[in-house]
Amino acid sequence: MIFGIPLQAFLGQLLVGLINGSFYAMLSLGLAVIFGMLKIINFAHGAQYMFGAFVGFLLLQWLNIGYWPALVLAPLVVGVVGMVVERTMLSRLYSLDPLYGLLFTFGLALVIEGVFRYCYGVSGQPYAAPDALSGGTNLGFMFLPNYRGWVVVSSLVVCLGTWLAIEKTKLGAYLRAATENPKLVQAFGVNVPVLLTLTYGLGSALAGLAGILAAPVYQVSPLMGSDLIIVVFAVVVVGGMGSILGAVITGYVLGLAEGLTKVFYPEASNIVVFVIMAIVLLVRPAGLFGKDA
Amino acid sequence: MSEPLLALRGLNAWYGEGHALHGVDLDVFPGETVTLLGRNGVGKTTTLRAIMGLIRKRTGTTTFGGRDLMHMPLHHVARAGLGFVPEERGIFSTLSVDENLNLPPVVAPGGMSLDEIFTLFPNLKTRRNSQGTKLSGGEQQMLAMARMLRTGVKMLLLDEPTEGLAPVIVQRIGEVLAELKARGMTILLVEQNFRFARRIADRFYLMEHGKITASFPVGELDQRMALLGEVLGV
Ligand SMILES: Nc1ncnc2c1ncn2[C@@H]1O[C@H](COP(=O)(O)OP(=O)(O)OP(=O)(O)O)[C@@H](O)[C@H]1O
Ligand SMILES: [Mg+2]
Repeated sequence: MIFGIPLQAFLGQLLVGLINGSFYAMLSLGLAVIFGMLKIINFAHGAQYMFGAFVGFLLLQWLNIGYWPALVLAPLVVGVVGMVVERTMLSRLYSLDPLYGLLFTFGLALVIEGVFRYCYGVSGQPYAAPDALSGGTNLGFMFLPNYRGWVVVSSLVVCLGTWLAIEKTKLGAYLRAATENPKLVQAFGVNVPVLLTLTYGLGSALAGLAGILAAPVYQVSPLMGSDLIIVVFAVVVVGGMGSILGAVITGYVLGLAEGLTKVFYPEASNIVVFVIMAIVLLVRPAGLFGKDA
Repeated sequence: MSEPLLALRGLNAWYGEGHALHGVDLDVFPGETVTLLGRNGVGKTTTLRAIMGLIRKRTGTTTFGGRDLMHMPLHHVARAGLGFVPEERGIFSTLSVDENLNLPPVVAPGGMSLDEIFTLFPNLKTRRNSQGTKLSGGEQQMLAMARMLRTGVKMLLLDEPTEGLAPVIVQRIGEVLAELKARGMTILLVEQNFRFARRIADRFYLMEHGKITASFPVGELDQRMALLGEVLGV
């Protein structure tokens, strides 16, 4: 027992929180990477997450291609489509007010979601976890469904890997430098427009990967992205725009905070993230990890 | 005489509606060090930015090694062989000294090795792992110069490298420029401090209100002192 709550229930909710936090972290990471370089708030992020889940679902339906190949193909497809969108449309808006980019990605989200809603309605389609990850493991103190453990571990690896790639590699150094002063980096001979395309592709691919990882957990539905993205934007506000590590840490912490609230005060669990957001906005408007704070 | 490496003809440039350069003519020959003098706000920085293509609203002609720079995408200018050391130095705060140093891509063979660079700038070696902007002003200036030397560019555009620095550092930068010149580097140096510039410059251009108003070799500097004193306010 912990504060009068059975340990099982407590750990169970903590796990749910950690799972949600894993998706918040991956999605806010992608948003932060895109915002840092392109200075555009990618409103299409939730739709790209949903698109990733649907790529997995459709690969199975149409081509009988299973989860493991889909885990690679879904982020690839979403990333490539993202790059095409950036090159043909988004890149034309960089010289204008950032508001245009925001409106464009918002419109894009509506279009993508509209298409899938038209084709598949609003009800969720089940997508089974792969056999290798079905069942669960008794950890002694609790029962852990294997697929959920896999989600937590993959999310940690992806977030850590992305962070390391940005902090420790040459390409990451270009990215950081171009985030600070794109014109100067380009004047050094770096093809910054291509860097922007790759960044949008990477951010979109992260959303697609989160989508295919989420498919067996939440079901595949055209609305799965718009439900989640509202919370993710709150996460980004709490963490502060532009901080990669801040986005990841805040994602996990807010997921856990949501889980804990479900244990102690279930009525508030859907709004706790927004309450925290309001408090952070009052105390530190630039966010916990924001640069201007 | 040989062909100029860099040639500007009737270069005009604008910031929005603000007309900053009014027909600049300027040549820099291979291996030469040329200094562009002028008071604050006459358009020296603008000239360098217009050459690099950092300002796109410009007319006239700019050629480098015979190639037209006016229609070149920004990231091709460095690859053509021009290295830019901006007035504000442009050291990246999210990059370490090492990362700052290695950031600009190598554009041609013949650049300095890291060892040669660290011989020229020993301070940078001891601070390799520091955050770029944690360096002193003088060290940041050296880093801004050092990172262009790796790349094999044929010509450096230096914007007031001695501005706000202590005399010993100015001295050191003078030595480094002399060394670069001895190695055959072509240099366009923007300076207000012509006592510093006279030690390395072959020729001077004087700029006023976005135009070149005088041009003379270093040998004529003494007889131009009265004019310079008046125009530069020193
Ligand atoms: N970003 C800008 N936007 C608008 N006007 C500018 C901008 N930068 C410079 N100017 C204007 O263009 C003119 C030339 O400026 P520039 O920076 O080239 O002068 P400078 O000779 O380099 O001066 P300094 O010795 O102070 O560095 C000035 O009148 C300045 O006010
Ligand atoms: Mg200047």
